[in-house]
Amino acid sequence: MKQLIIPALLALLIVGCSSTPNAPEQGGAPVEGRGAGVATVTAGGANGSNLPAILTDPKSILSKRSVYFDYDKYDVKSEYTELVTAHAKFLAGNRQFKMLVQGNTDDRGSREYNLALGQKRADAIKKMLTMLGAREEQVESVSLGEEKPKNEGANEAAWAQNRRGDMLYNGEF
Amino acid sequence: MPNCSNGCLSPMLHTSLNLRRLGLIAFSALALLQTPAHAELTIEITGAGANRIPLAIADFAGDPGSSRAVTAIVRGDLERSGLFKLIDPSGIAMTEATSPAYGDWKNRGADALAAGSVGPSGDGRQEARFRLYDINKQSALAGAAFVASTPMLRIAGHRIADAIYEKLIGEPGIFSTRIAYVVKSGANRYELHIADADGQNAQAALKSREPIISPTWSPDGTRLAYVSFENKKPVIYVHSLASGQRIVVANFKGSNSAPAWSPDGRKLAVVLSKEGGSQIFTVNADGSGVQRLTTSTGINTEPFYSPDGQSIYFTSDRGGSPQIYRTSVGGGDAQRVTFEGSYNVSPRVSPDGKTLAFISRREGGFRLAAMDIASRQVQILTDSSKDESPSFAPNSRMILIATEIGGRGVLSAVSTDGRIKQRLSISAGDVREPAWGPFTK
Repeated sequence: MKQLIIPALLALLIVGCSSTPNAPEQGGAPVEGRGAGVATVTAGGANGSNLPAILTDPKSILSKRSVYFDYDKYDVKSEYTELVTAHAKFLAGNRQFKMLVQGNTDDRGSREYNLALGQKRADAIKKMLTMLGAREEQVESVSLGEEKPKNEGANEAAWAQNRRGDMLYNGEF
Repeated sequence: MPNCSNGCLSPMLHTSLNLRRLGLIAFSALALLQTPAHAELTIEITGAGANRIPLAIADFAGDPGSSRAVTAIVRGDLERSGLFKLIDPSGIAMTEATSPAYGDWKNRGADALAAGSVGPSGDGRQEARFRLYDINKQSALAGAAFVASTPMLRIAGHRIADAIYEKLIGEPGIFSTRIAYVVKSGANRYELHIADADGQNAQAALKSREPIISPTWSPDGTRLAYVSFENKKPVIYVHSLASGQRIVVANFKGSNSAPAWSPDGRKLAVVLSKEGGSQIFTVNADGSGVQRLTTSTGINTEPFYSPDGQSIYFTSDRGGSPQIYRTSVGGGDAQRVTFEGSYNVSPRVSPDGKTLAFISRREGGFRLAAMDIASRQVQILTDSSKDESPSFAPNSRMILIATEIGGRGVLSAVSTDGRIKQRLSISAGDVREPAWGPFTK
């Protein structure tokens, strides 16, 4: 009995217990057929930017790109009307330019729900831009949710900096 | 493992189990057969079940290095499950071919005993064999052998632990499954890792300078769907793990996020903002056949298929605060599912269809909650403050979550009844966005 157990009896036990049929002389069930190998992929690359000075000169209002939101709020506050209007006029006068509006949130709660909240902020900025002269196809509103905080802190000052929409021109994204 | 109720030696162990006091077990990393390419996860048990089966696992015989490693994996897996109390086997040398001295093991307090050995399989690989015995009935319960190359011998150890677990607990073990998670190290270094369920053998499937979120396993375990921000916006990919081949499943204007596989693996439920707001759509796994599912204003996100494929659970703010709803895959009215509290998100249904796990804000903290779907009873399972992204083990017994300890992201596995808690941490970086893979063949 003792000598028989390996491997013949064990092979019988496997046949009884496993859905994988095995040749009796093989003995055990192979365990490597499950795709254990993982190939590594490296994603993405950086883009350069080559924008006109009016969009980057610190003295130009168009160099300012961020709109900040109140907690749990998704409407563009009146203090940002001048900024958003200036960008809308630039887009209206420069139809070859495209803009990506990225909405952001603080990091409290679900990542995917925050992604949806950030989308509401980006959509609000896009809506104002298109009402003021930008064309629908010039502006794409997307969300980064809580994934790209400007300030990594866990306090109200940090959260306020992260409740934000950023306006990027082509070449910057 | 398949159900053995007919082919195997005896039904699951129902011998008299001693009621043991809930113990606190600290557990550190296992001995490894493979040199790790990455910082490894370590697992620590912070709570254990009340009824633990006294189980002895004799030292496996054979080549000392291999047999010691397999013994450590089998013991570690079963001990971490929280369902077994390991009995000291020291001083007794035996293999699966040795008749147990039942009286001695009974005196040591064991109700069950496993013994085995590791040896050459004849084709250059190694074979790990075991037998499991019922000490009180003085009979063999199960036995099997698994063949693996020496570096993969740890998988044979997990298979043995799964077989013992299934025989004694009466449901499949999850020790040979895999998990996926995202590691953030530094401001712009994100890696999607695949590891064995014990946190070992981690390999990077994707490295990126931009965030990766919401990984989720295809039902066959060969692919992951996830959201990558590598193009400065959220785009959904399906990534084949063995080849590294990636397919863009959704890259529409606006945001593309929150992928969830249909149980047959043919479709994904996704969230797109291309038609305004965040709306749930279904799409074929190759990116074709996009169909809109939700139409309400406001936010609809975090879709999750019920195991029968007939319903989709999701999060919506249509009632004024984020709550969980359920709708038919054919569309139509949605029923609200959660009512307690003002923030209930991230619904995930257990594979057996009995439990809905979600994250609920209670007393200012985001906590893992479980609803018994039949009775609608809700139990809060943790007392932490930043739980996120629940994911069921394929046997429905454990829920993997991301949480935060000391400002650092860690993973935690919590039993569906809240009694057993395991913490997984990695030595460098934040660990987040866990996803427990399916059973593997």
